[in-house]
Amino acid sequence: MTDWIELSPAPLSITAVSDFATDPMAGGIDIFLGTTRGEKNLAGQDLIALDYEAYSEMALAQMRDLASRARLRWPILKLVLLHRTGRVAIGDPSVIIAVATAHRAASFEACRWIIDTLKTEVAVWKKEVWADGSTSWVAGHAMILP
Amino acid sequence: MTITVKLFAILREQAGVSSLPLDVPEHSTVDAALQQLVNAHPALIQLLPKSACAVNQAYSSRQTLLKQGDELALIPPVSGG
Repeated sequence: MTDWIELSPAPLSITAVSDFATDPMAGGIDIFLGTTRGEKNLAGQDLIALDYEAYSEMALAQMRDLASRARLRWPILKLVLLHRTGRVAIGDPSVIIAVATAHRAASFEACRWIIDTLKTEVAVWKKEVWADGSTSWVAGHAMILP
Repeated sequence: MTITVKLFAILREQAGVSSLPLDVPEHSTVDAALQQLVNAHPALIQLLPKSACAVNQAYSSRQTLLKQGDELALIPPVSGG
């Protein structure tokens, strides 16, 4: 029942995640990796990495809350939610989510809901680092409160 | 009373500081503290309408009343994942 939820400055291990999510009662384990996508900016510069910054105390509490909300909606056996901070090179994962459930439909749905909700709510930001050394903050999701 | 203001990402860069103490009158709202903050750091005004506020790590409205020692964070549009 205990979930593995972490903000980490170190590279994320997919093997450790799949090991953790393995469960004798599971019929499906959905694992999502969010990775840094190579891009070119309008100046023709190649992206070399994304720099992630988090409001750590709040982001971690929000990630735990996401896990709790997911567990209310789906019968989850194991849940992993890891997010990187610091520099993430092209192709490397910045986020890994794993959801193990008895039947596959719930694991797909829960995994997708977690990443979609994380992107709009959790206090994490990323900055693009280009080959010429220039940087740009990624336009994000504004949460407007009264 | 004194609160701590925390700034992140683009707001942190614009203000040139990640954390600062702010002296505000007793029973100030978040909104009043933001006005004081913008007076001290005018560069923040541009993104303020698009930013959310969190008091002690929870999203809060701008009418929230602050207490001595509160941590007020400005959350610019988030882009995790």
